[in-house]
Amino acid sequence: MSRRVVIGTFAEEGDLLAFTRAARSRGLRLVDAYTPYPVHGLDDAMGLRPSRLPWLCFFAAITGAALKLLFEFWTTMVDWPLNVGGKPWNSLPAFVPVTFEVMVLSAGLTTVFAFLVLARLWPGKTPVRRLPRVTDDRFVVVLEESDARFRFTELRALFEQYGAELVEEQLEDTA
Amino acid sequence: MANHCAPLDIPLVAGNKTPADVTRDICHSLEGKPTPLWWGGFLVAVSLLVLGLAAVSYEIATGIGTWGVNRTVGWAVGITCFVFWVGIGHAGTLISAILFLLRQRWRTAVNRSAEAMTIFAVMCAGIFPVIHLGRPWMAYWLFPYPNTRGPLWVNFRSPLVWDAFAIGTYFTISLVFWYVGLIPDLATVRDRLHGGFRHKLASVLSLGWTGSFRTWHRYESLYLMLAGLATPLVLSVHTIVSWDFATGVIPGWHATIFPPYFVAGAIFSGVAMVLTLVLVARKTMRLEDYITGRHIDVMCKLLLLTSGIVAIAYATEFFTALYSTNPYEEFAFLNRAFGPFGWTYGIMVSCNVMVPQLLWFRRVRRNLWVVFGISILINVGMWFERFVIILTSLHHDFLPSSWTSYRPTPIELCMLLGSFGLFFTLFLLFCRLLPVVAMAEVKGVLHVGREKEAAPSSAAQRPGVEDWELVGAGLPDGGAV
Repeated sequence: MSRRVVIGTFAEEGDLLAFTRAARSRGLRLVDAYTPYPVHGLDDAMGLRPSRLPWLCFFAAITGAALKLLFEFWTTMVDWPLNVGGKPWNSLPAFVPVTFEVMVLSAGLTTVFAFLVLARLWPGKTPVRRLPRVTDDRFVVVLEESDARFRFTELRALFEQYGAELVEEQLEDTA
Repeated sequence: MANHCAPLDIPLVAGNKTPADVTRDICHSLEGKPTPLWWGGFLVAVSLLVLGLAAVSYEIATGIGTWGVNRTVGWAVGITCFVFWVGIGHAGTLISAILFLLRQRWRTAVNRSAEAMTIFAVMCAGIFPVIHLGRPWMAYWLFPYPNTRGPLWVNFRSPLVWDAFAIGTYFTISLVFWYVGLIPDLATVRDRLHGGFRHKLASVLSLGWTGSFRTWHRYESLYLMLAGLATPLVLSVHTIVSWDFATGVIPGWHATIFPPYFVAGAIFSGVAMVLTLVLVARKTMRLEDYITGRHIDVMCKLLLLTSGIVAIAYATEFFTALYSTNPYEEFAFLNRAFGPFGWTYGIMVSCNVMVPQLLWFRRVRRNLWVVFGISILINVGMWFERFVIILTSLHHDFLPSSWTSYRPTPIELCMLLGSFGLFFTLFLLFCRLLPVVAMAEVKGVLHVGREKEAAPSSAAQRPGVEDWELVGAGLPDGGAV
C-alpha cells in the first residue's frame, strides 16, 4: 500500500501552531508534525490525547514495591530466618529503604522501555521519514491525501497563507 | 513545555540566537580538533587516573594494610571520598529533576553537563566501598541472589545493604534520565555530521529519532515521570548514606539531624562542583551566550542558601551535644573542634560557612574569578566535612585505652587523586563526544525574556487567515488522531 502525503515546512513555531489548528478544524487528516523541540500547545492543536505512560509508571512502581516487600519478608522470615541482634522477624521499618529504591528502579526502567516500544525507537534504527532540518530549526506538518476531494493546489494555498516555506507532495509506502 | 515559569526580565540566552545558531554553536565544539588546553587537561587527568589505578591495584594485591586505617579508625579517606563523590552527584539531579519540576527554565543551559557530572561522580563514589571490601571480587555478595550457602540472604535491616541498593538505583536512573535527554540532541548531531566516529555513535544512539511530535508528546510525559522519580530518589540516596553513620552508636554519628544535614551538604558541594566545571566550560568552549552571568548568579545564591542550612546543622549538632549532658556526646564534639584534628574542623567551618558569606554581595557574584575560587574552597571544605565526621568520631571513642590517631598513607592519597583523574577524564571525553548543552531544550526557551517584537511572527496577523478559520468552523473535526 502507498499513500500520498503533503509535507509543508515552516520557519516559525507560531505559524506551525496556527496552521495545525486551521488544518484540523477543516477536517484535514494530520499524519504528524515534526519539530526541533516540543512546541508548547501543539498537542492541543493536533488533538492528541494525554499519554498513558503515567499510569504505567504508577502500576510498575506499585508492582515493584510489592514484590520487593514480599521478597524481603520471605527471605528474612520464611526461607532462612536468621536472628540479627535480636531484631524482630517483621522489621518493616528497616525494609522501607530498599523497597523504595526498587520501586523507583522498576517504575523508571519500565516507563522508559514502554516509551521506546510505543514510539518504535531502537538502537541503530534508520529514521523513517527523515527531514534533516527538523532536528535543527524547521517545523514540518505532514497531511495525508485522504479522499478524492483532496486538491493539492488548494492545500498549497492554505500552507502558503500560513507562511510555509516549502510545500511538497510525496508518495510513500505505508507497509 | 511549561506555562507557569519563574518570571524573567532578561533573556535566558544572550545574543538574539536563532535555533540554527544554537545547533551551530553547540555542535561546533564536537566538530573541530581539540584545543591544546583540552589536550593539556586530558593528559593531567589521565595521569592522575593511571596513578590511582596503580595505587588501587597495589592495594588489592596486598591488602587493606596498605592504608592508614587501624582497629579504632576503621573508616577514613576511602569512605570520605565515597560520601564526597555521592554528594557531588546530587547537584546534577537537583538541576535536572528538581528544578525541572519547579519550572526553573534557566536549568536548560547547564542541565546536560550537570547530569554528566552526576553520573561520573557516582561512578567515582561506587569504587570506594568496593575497594574497601578488601576482597572486591566478592562485591556481588552485597546483592541478594540464590546461592549455594543456604541460600543465605543479605540482611535487609543493614544500612550497608540499603546503600548498595540506593547507589545502584541512583546510578541507573541518572544514566537513563541523562540518555533520554540526549536522544533528540543525538539526532541533531546525526543529521549535521557526515561520516566519522561521532556520526556513527549518534546514528546508533539516537534510536531513529525524527522529531515526530507524536513521539515528543510521549517523550515529555516520560521526562516528567523520570523527573518525578528522580526527585525523591536523590533525597533518599544521601539520606541512606547518612544512615550508614546515624544508625551506629558512635557519638558524633548517632544523630537524627543527619539525613537533612547530609542532603543539604550534598547539594551545597554539588553546586560548587557544577560552578567549577561550568565556569571552565563556558570560557574554553565559548558558551558565554548560553551559560550567562545570570546562571552563575543563580547558582551562587543556591550556594548561599545551602551553606546557611549546613551552618545551622553544624550549630544544631554542637548545641544538642552540649545540651544533652551526655558526657560521650559532649566529649566527641569538643574533641572534634579542639582536639588533635581541630584543624580539619577549622578548614570545614571556614570554607563552608565563612567563605560563602561573600556571595551576599552582587559584586562578588559577578566577579567570575572570585566565584571560581570560592567554588574550589567549598569543594575542599566539603571533603573535609566528611573527613571530620568520620575521623574525629572514630579516633577517640568510648574506651580511652583504644584511642589512637590516623595518618593517611600515600596509597590512600593516590586513590583520592585517582578518583579526580577518573572524574575529569570522563568529563573531558564527554565534552568532545556529546553535545554539552541540551540543544532541544535551549531552543524551546529562546523566546523567554525577549522583547515581544522579537518573538516569532504570529500567523494570526497574516491577511486572509481569518477566512480559513471561518471556512473550517462548520466542518466536522475528523481524522486528526
